[in-house]
Amino acid sequence: MVDYVSTVNPDFSLIAPELVLLIAASIIMVFIPWRKMATFAPAIALLGVVVAFAYAIGQWGHQSSGFAGMVTCDNFGVIFKWIFLTATGLSILLIGQYMKSRGIDRPEYFVLLTISALGMMAMANTTDLVVMFIGLEVMSVPLYVMAAFNRRSLESNEAGIKYFLMGAFATAFLLMGIAFIYGAAGTTNLRQVVTDFNYIAAGRGMYLYAGVALIMIGFGFKVGAVPFHSWIPDVYHGAPTPVTAFFSVAPKAAAVAVLLRIFLYGFADITMVSHSFWVLAVLTMTVGNVLALRQNNVKRMLAYSSIAHAGYILVALTVGTDAAISAAIFYVIAYTFFNLGAFAIVALLETRMGAESEFEELAGLSKSAPYLALLLAVFMFALSGFPPTVGFFGKFYIFRAAIESNFVSLAVIGVLNSFVSVYYYLRVVKTCYFDEAEKPQKAVFVPATVGLALVVTTVATLGFGLFPQQLLQFTKQAIFAFL
Amino acid sequence: MVPIHAFLLLAVILFGIGAFGVLISRNIIVMFMSVELMLNAANMVLIAFSRALGIVDGHVFVFLVLSVAAAEAAVGLAMIITIYRNRETINIDRYNLLKW
Repeated sequence: MVDYVSTVNPDFSLIAPELVLLIAASIIMVFIPWRKMATFAPAIALLGVVVAFAYAIGQWGHQSSGFAGMVTCDNFGVIFKWIFLTATGLSILLIGQYMKSRGIDRPEYFVLLTISALGMMAMANTTDLVVMFIGLEVMSVPLYVMAAFNRRSLESNEAGIKYFLMGAFATAFLLMGIAFIYGAAGTTNLRQVVTDFNYIAAGRGMYLYAGVALIMIGFGFKVGAVPFHSWIPDVYHGAPTPVTAFFSVAPKAAAVAVLLRIFLYGFADITMVSHSFWVLAVLTMTVGNVLALRQNNVKRMLAYSSIAHAGYILVALTVGTDAAISAAIFYVIAYTFFNLGAFAIVALLETRMGAESEFEELAGLSKSAPYLALLLAVFMFALSGFPPTVGFFGKFYIFRAAIESNFVSLAVIGVLNSFVSVYYYLRVVKTCYFDEAEKPQKAVFVPATVGLALVVTTVATLGFGLFPQQLLQFTKQAIFAFL
Repeated sequence: MVPIHAFLLLAVILFGIGAFGVLISRNIIVMFMSVELMLNAANMVLIAFSRALGIVDGHVFVFLVLSVAAAEAAVGLAMIITIYRNRETINIDRYNLLKW
């Protein structure tokens, strides 16, 4: 008889940031019935995120696991905690004005946001497939509601229902994959799988490969890889814009974290994995960029661009060396800042009456709001990968890692794709600066919170662009502790 | 004793029916039911393996999956009701405001 209680090791410092977010969400939920107190919801959520971040900083450099091996605390997980918390904090900052303009500034939103961030952190900080599954669901279910948050908007309804159906469909594939891996290995813990890999592959290899393929399909949906991308443009277009900003960075980062953990740690010895990622990466980059070319809506264009960016990260997954993993983490950090920044400006422009983010609405922006136009240009240059923004170094490190490992053709396809993407990103800059507005544009009011979010994202985009080496050193430390 | 392959075959058939249902059905409720069928097929695989390997982990996992599916159903049905109120249809082809 095994004594489970003494081996469980419930070390609560391992899940301190998650607990803080849970407490913040609970406090907001308690306050919802009192209208006056509910106005503090964003402040409480922001405070929770800051405190959780402080705890997560304290976790850097520790290597431990607890709760019967269900929770793993390593630098890799901690760096992703920081990414999720940063994305959540910035989303809280840029939400208020937009929600007011649409008449949906409800405190429930902040509960959903913090719970979703909690799920992401649980996902990234475990080697156990069961906990990954639960974390994924805790992340996804609030996201479905957030997509449909504008109850009266038909587009928002439609985005929510499409996201829900595709998300649940993907979850079923993922769960089937986990079930088959459980059958092959007799455990759901990746650490056990890695230890006994040869034995498992020799004995029940068929179940193992079936499971790996199904998990890849499941996460292909979540990360938005072609051919599993069809939901992304609709959901990103239909959801309220600050929600789209959050969608395009945080859940994507969480899916990348889990993909790295499962496929480059758990099943690193299966050669088919790299081949499959090669195909996915090439398809995702190319289809994302080509379809983005013909969009006339900025939000939808950014949705296709986010598919293309997932493709660049898949290049790093194909290569799979330490350099590639650190480059992938670097890219996720960089992408979080400049993509959130771009969406923040799109959301701000949508707070004007009747705005729907069509390209024509940007015309003459350099005259009506010169600073916003300048920042938008910075983010577009970062998205297309111009130096000295951090976007350039993100792509540079990934393609360098690819060439070092003899994936030259992949790097060439990636660079060609970057050139294609320049067209549609610079079209935004061109419309802002050189097109004349047909009718005079209304002035845009920039609230202090959104201004702060814009300052943070801009400073990060340019600052990390000037000192990329320091950030890369940091992400390299996250791999050495890849537990 | 029934061999494990029989259970797996049944589960894979159920999973296939579910996936097929999601892809060809145009009614959101039927699509949602098909997804639930897929989840239950996965539960069946878990239980079959758990029994065959003599480890109880799989049984416990099934309970977690059931509660997750219940949470998803709550959110999903609420959203279906909302969209039905606004559009008065549950045919997915009629939800065509968003497309390229």
